[in-house]
Amino acid sequence: MKPILEAIDVRKAYANHVALNGVSLAIPEGSIFGLLGPNGAGKTSLIRIITQITGADEGEIRFRGERLNPSHIAQIGYLPEERGLYKKMKVGEQLLYLAQLRGLSRSDATARIKHWLNRFEIKEWASKNVEDLSKGMQQKVQFIATVLHEPSLIILDEPFSGFDPINANLIKDEILELRKQGATIIFSTHRMESVEEMCDNIALINRSRKVLDGPVGVIRDQFKTNTYEVEGKGKLIVVHPDFEVVEQKERENGHFYARVQLHAGVRPNDLLRYLIGAVEVEAFREKIPSINEIFIRRVRETMPETLVEETV
Amino acid sequence: MASKFLLVAQREYLTRVRKRAFIILTLAVPLLLAGFGVFIAKIASSDNDTTDVVEVRDDSGLNVASHLVSTPQLRFETATGTLADAKKGFQKAKHDGLVYLPAGLDVEKPQGVQFFGKGNISLKKQLAVENALNKAFSELKMQKSGLSQDQLDRLRSKVDLQAISLDETGKEADSNALATSGTAYALALAIYLFIFIYGVQIMRGVGEEKSSRIMEVMLSSVKPFDLMMGKIVGIAAVGLTQFLMWGLLSFGVSSVLLPMVTKTDKPKTEVAASPAPDAPGAAATTADEPQSAGERFDKGVDSSTKNMDPGKRMNIFATLGNLPIGTILFGFIIYFLGGYLLYGALFGAVGAAVDDQTDTQQFMFPITMPLILSYIVGVSVILRNPDGPVAFWMSMIPFTSPIAMVIRLPFGVPMWQLALSIFLLILGFIGTVWVAARIYRVGVLMYGKKVTYKELGKWMFYKG
Repeated sequence: MKPILEAIDVRKAYANHVALNGVSLAIPEGSIFGLLGPNGAGKTSLIRIITQITGADEGEIRFRGERLNPSHIAQIGYLPEERGLYKKMKVGEQLLYLAQLRGLSRSDATARIKHWLNRFEIKEWASKNVEDLSKGMQQKVQFIATVLHEPSLIILDEPFSGFDPINANLIKDEILELRKQGATIIFSTHRMESVEEMCDNIALINRSRKVLDGPVGVIRDQFKTNTYEVEGKGKLIVVHPDFEVVEQKERENGHFYARVQLHAGVRPNDLLRYLIGAVEVEAFREKIPSINEIFIRRVRETMPETLVEETV
Repeated sequence: MASKFLLVAQREYLTRVRKRAFIILTLAVPLLLAGFGVFIAKIASSDNDTTDVVEVRDDSGLNVASHLVSTPQLRFETATGTLADAKKGFQKAKHDGLVYLPAGLDVEKPQGVQFFGKGNISLKKQLAVENALNKAFSELKMQKSGLSQDQLDRLRSKVDLQAISLDETGKEADSNALATSGTAYALALAIYLFIFIYGVQIMRGVGEEKSSRIMEVMLSSVKPFDLMMGKIVGIAAVGLTQFLMWGLLSFGVSSVLLPMVTKTDKPKTEVAASPAPDAPGAAATTADEPQSAGERFDKGVDSSTKNMDPGKRMNIFATLGNLPIGTILFGFIIYFLGGYLLYGALFGAVGAAVDDQTDTQQFMFPITMPLILSYIVGVSVILRNPDGPVAFWMSMIPFTSPIAMVIRLPFGVPMWQLALSIFLLILGFIGTVWVAARIYRVGVLMYGKKVTYKELGKWMFYKG
């Protein structure tokens, strides 16, 4: 699919550190894109460039093939990690104000505010001051403010922080619904497990560089280690040139859990056949690495290189 | 984008104007001021009504008492009995004082005259009595030198000085230092107060946006410059609304209240106490800010005109009409707006640079310094010498010219100086707005950092 947004060799430096060091990305239209990385990796810097709060020192951002410019503001929605609203303003007026700043007409904005407040069942909040709402309520209002102008690109920075599980689910459903309607969503988070299930594509950023990107499935396949998880009853003693037990745990009543690595060229059925002869197999599945694990591995792999660079 | 700038200005304006505090303040201040004005008028009129009675015990044998002239404010009566009796007597009679002229007083060198009063004797009363005694003794001296009473009467004259100012073209206009300085003072105070009150509001508004963390959302929609200028313009509109309402309301309230206090048979108190609108010049020039400055101005007129006759008092207001109203009004608007923009941008930058309102002090100082300085020097030095070198230089420097120049305006300023000063002011505010916008842009997203001047300097040169 054609990318809605492309970053080409983007560099950004602040007074005493480099925030982005030649980052290139392509975000396919209609997908959920995870921008992952630890705190301080450069995610927020990249987002601030995409939202035109700051500019890149070098490189460029293209929105639907055009160089990013202020006319794109109306097509981008942004929920920053630092949530904030005007405390002394009424919810309805605040939403109207923010929507108008994003280029929506007064009448369109009013109609959509009504729609969203109904949808979240918070109609009665419209005339309340923001400071009178709970933190979770404010988050909902801010989410509405982010999507009110029906942006085609929605950027959510740590979207679930501050939400209780019920509201987090509500927001999750809304995000999936928005994608269904054709919007592209960028998730930025350092809690990788929280969004990996939702993301179609991800990019990992570490120390101002992109260390990995691609579709989630492809990345996971790449990082498979040909390891299988086995659960069963009996005593597992593997003495075989093709397999190697990486980890084994004893459980109650003679049960066990083990991770077994297959050597190159060995197929899972070979292991299964061997196991059936040795123990009673209750579960057998391939160990698929989580994004978090992949990330940690990737960071370890790239670490020497970055360390070398930094000392030079 | 112009429409976004307007949206921001509109929000800044509406949220402030609808606040309960704004409405209360807008209504309460004129009422307070009108009440204060009425109070002053009442005091002033009662002050003029009362007659101080001073008893005279004359042991000098020179018949000084017969030469003491009573006025509506001060009446002399002869005391009876001994000095001790008189001392008690004047207090019993609820009179205000006793003058004792001891025996053997020398006309040429009258020493030892005593004035007894109830409690502390006010300087005003003392001066009045001294004045009367001086006159009495000079008459005695003249009489002694052989002049007849008839000759004495003819010698006495009363001069009423009429000052006329000549401008370069030789046109004559009644000049009155009081009216001119009063106008200058009022204009300067209006600008000073406006910049201060609403400049600080800009700073606090930015600080609020920063601390509520809405800045990032805003900046993804609006350019920092539009956000800053929208705030500055919106708050200026709030200030103008408030000043205008104050003006209209105090005028309304006082025109209702004052006739109730001041009787129609006393034209002088009426002139002295009613606010500027009675005078065409003052009404036009202080329309935005008649209360505090206008009030003081009125008081100034009141106290210093107390001893003039009503006709002369009217003259002051007539001369207000002779001031270069057009130039003053034009200049006032230019310096009012220019000064506000210049300082407003800096106040905005301070709000953006710091996290915590308490950290603003170190940056406030260099901003408020020239403002306070130009006001203090303005009302002291420049008001006394509006064409001197201090006046000239301070009215050229953009940081001081908004106050310094409006003080000079009523006295007349050469055209080239006015033009140069306005040009420099425009350069000045473009400069500060540019600097402020750069600080603002970086500062609004900077959290948890103690900002130094060095840091601010670096921000100027950050790339977009």
